[in-house]
Amino acid sequence: MEVGQMQRRLMEYTKSLFMEGVLDNQFIQLQQLADESNPDFVVEVVSLFFEDSERLLNDLTRALDQPNIDFKMVDAHVHQLKGSSSSIGAQRVKNACIAFRNFCEEQNIEACFRCLQQVKQEYYLVKNKLETLFKMEQQIVAAGGSIPMMELSF
Amino acid sequence: MNLGNDRESMSTASSSVVVSDQFPAGLRVLVVDDDPTCLRILEKMLRTCLYEVTKCNRAEAALNLLRGNKNGYDIVISDVHMPDIDGFKLLEQVGLEMDLPVIMMSADDSKHVVMKGVTHGACDYLIKPVRIEALRNIWQHVVRKRKNEWKELEQSGSVEEGDRQPKPSEEADYSSSANEGNWRNSKRRKDEEEDVEERDDTSTLKKPRVVWSVELHQQFVSAVNQLGIDKAVPKKILELMNVPGLTRENVASHLQKYRLYLRRLSGVSQHQSTAFISPQEPPYGPLSSLNGLDIQALAATGQIPAQSLATLQAAGLGRSTAKPGLPMPLVDQRNLFSFDNQKIRFGEAQPQHMNSGKQMNLLHGIPTTMEPKQLVNLHHSAQSLGGLNMPVSAHGGQSSQSSSLLIQMTQPQARGQILNENTVGQVPRLPTSMGQPILSNGVASGILVRNRIGENGRGTGYNSVSQTSSMLNFPLNPPAELPGNSFPLGSTPGISSGTSTLTNKGVFQQEVNSDIKGSGAFMPSYDIFNDLQQHKPQNWELQNVGLTFDASQHSNTLQGNVDVAPSVLVNQGYSSSQRSGQNSNASELGKAMFSVGEGSEHGNPQNVGQHLNNFLVDNSMRVKAERVSDTSCPPTVFPQHFGQEDLMSALLKQQPDGIGPAENEFEFDGSSRLTSSAISG
Repeated sequence: MEVGQMQRRLMEYTKSLFMEGVLDNQFIQLQQLADESNPDFVVEVVSLFFEDSERLLNDLTRALDQPNIDFKMVDAHVHQLKGSSSSIGAQRVKNACIAFRNFCEEQNIEACFRCLQQVKQEYYLVKNKLETLFKMEQQIVAAGGSIPMMELSF
Repeated sequence: MNLGNDRESMSTASSSVVVSDQFPAGLRVLVVDDDPTCLRILEKMLRTCLYEVTKCNRAEAALNLLRGNKNGYDIVISDVHMPDIDGFKLLEQVGLEMDLPVIMMSADDSKHVVMKGVTHGACDYLIKPVRIEALRNIWQHVVRKRKNEWKELEQSGSVEEGDRQPKPSEEADYSSSANEGNWRNSKRRKDEEEDVEERDDTSTLKKPRVVWSVELHQQFVSAVNQLGIDKAVPKKILELMNVPGLTRENVASHLQKYRLYLRRLSGVSQHQSTAFISPQEPPYGPLSSLNGLDIQALAATGQIPAQSLATLQAAGLGRSTAKPGLPMPLVDQRNLFSFDNQKIRFGEAQPQHMNSGKQMNLLHGIPTTMEPKQLVNLHHSAQSLGGLNMPVSAHGGQSSQSSSLLIQMTQPQARGQILNENTVGQVPRLPTSMGQPILSNGVASGILVRNRIGENGRGTGYNSVSQTSSMLNFPLNPPAELPGNSFPLGSTPGISSGTSTLTNKGVFQQEVNSDIKGSGAFMPSYDIFNDLQQHKPQNWELQNVGLTFDASQHSNTLQGNVDVAPSVLVNQGYSSSQRSGQNSNASELGKAMFSVGEGSEHGNPQNVGQHLNNFLVDNSMRVKAERVSDTSCPPTVFPQHFGQEDLMSALLKQQPDGIGPAENEFEFDGSSRLTSSAISG
């Protein structure tokens, strides 16, 4: 595949992510922050996000597994996940966290479990998508091309 | 982001280190967030804005960095929810210790949390995800704060108008760099000019505004302590302080504020003390009206038995005695009013006082002018108490007092009221906040509080007003504001019902009696007044202190109180006039107050608080001008009449004046006038 084609594919792919709501405008903000001194900024930040999220998800799973669930702690974790996901633009993860928090407040165990599943699902989805995206970018760069800037109007 | 307009002027003018000609580029930001993703993003964004960024993922580490490098940062951005320490606590600490502007951030955008930020003194609150646009303008907070600081510094006792030299290219300096020297100069000049203007406008007193810096206040407090709060008369204090350029009137008004402050602190206990006074009865009714502050103040004064304190707090806070869950949201709202004002004005982080619900807020609102440092002291004390339950002491003698106060407060916390996180944080705040507002009022508050301490046991609480010396280092800067505000209202010595009056700590002592309930925070003095009433002599001290330090007005406790209050109120533009009219005044104020805030009636402590704050702030401004002239306040009149409404309105009126640091306009320099009139009353 030649560079132009790869670039187009990348654009299409990225656009679809936005359309589906997997990513939101914040992601574009991140992309705009990348510059010569930090060309891999987005990848770097997203990697941090993945690491942190996985830790949080583990903590959440553990917390909900307790006989006496500490909802405050659960809420704190979810809040943090909400913050970080919103910071990178992982919109669906963020929305799932919002719902999760509501149930935490109500201390609805069943619903919390469901929410956790939902959050995990969204998380793995966005992780997968972003990894694909990054791979595509890598291929373009490897082929000597440049990453086109996304211009989405939201 | 480069504002650098005038490099040359900057470089030439600045003798200090020039950070950059291109302010705000080079602004040194410390970012604290436990979320690594956000931290990295923020760092990148800030770098893109050409700021110098230091990252930190733990609050403790951040504090260490700040402490280790006092002038190493210009602004701090912190997340609210962090595992090791609550972001608000960090906020308070930073405000107290380093007096840097702090911006809070969170993914949580619920109103009460934002309100908390405001009340705790955050200069801004950003919602995550943070966009770079939001970060570009954070430099304004640094500038604003510096400006306020300069203003305050200018007003320190030794700074006379003559000291203000024209600064070269003020504008240029101002915009051109983050160079403190330059900027400060320019700001200072501007401030000076403004001050001068303001002063001139104040026909009442053409004194250069005295800025009660932390150091100055410390000197003041130690002088007062040395003399003994009861015996601390302006003249002697002045002698002890030995600060060139400081006048007896300055001291007098500051003392008044300090006393109010003390009262307020004890006022908290007052509420409790009302309990005290009327022995532990669970008079939470009146208490409820008390602002949390009062209670706390009372508690703080240490005199208040923990229980009482707790109850008071409960009362203050949630009006219900042991209501752990204070209706913070309410308070928050209220605080919103008051605090916002405060914050803006003072630019300090004080506020946290939301705890007591309104009451606290009131305090906060009031002392906007308080020196940040002074506040810091308070905060420290407060903080430690509330949050940490640590012995506060740190700030010198005064702190000990405050510590005691704070400690007291903490006790209640244990009770359960304070346990509430919010409250906890807040509780401590109270003192601070109280202090703050009070501080600004300066002495009055302090004094007030102090008295409480001594008196708490007594029930009168105020008697000791004079002594409590250092209650909290009140940054008396804008002494005028608080005292004025608080005074007038507080002075309802007439209220006599200890309980009722006590509760009102705030300006509106009357509240207790009158509707003002809510305003408790404002005028702790009021409470004191009530107490005073009981102990006439004492009241006087308090009251007089502020107002008329000229003479040892102790004799007139009531008078003094009344004077203060009414006059203050009156001045405020209320025209509260004649004490007889106090009622009306009070009502007016009250109305104003209420109108200010939610228009809730007195019953709403919260509103009151807020209003009060606003008022105080405003009032202070106004009071100055008007001051005493009106004071023909008949001592007795206060109590009810003033009601917060009057105050409020007075305050409100003042608002346009730009509340700002109430410099001593309010001071009771004019107190002499007051006194005379008051006394005659």
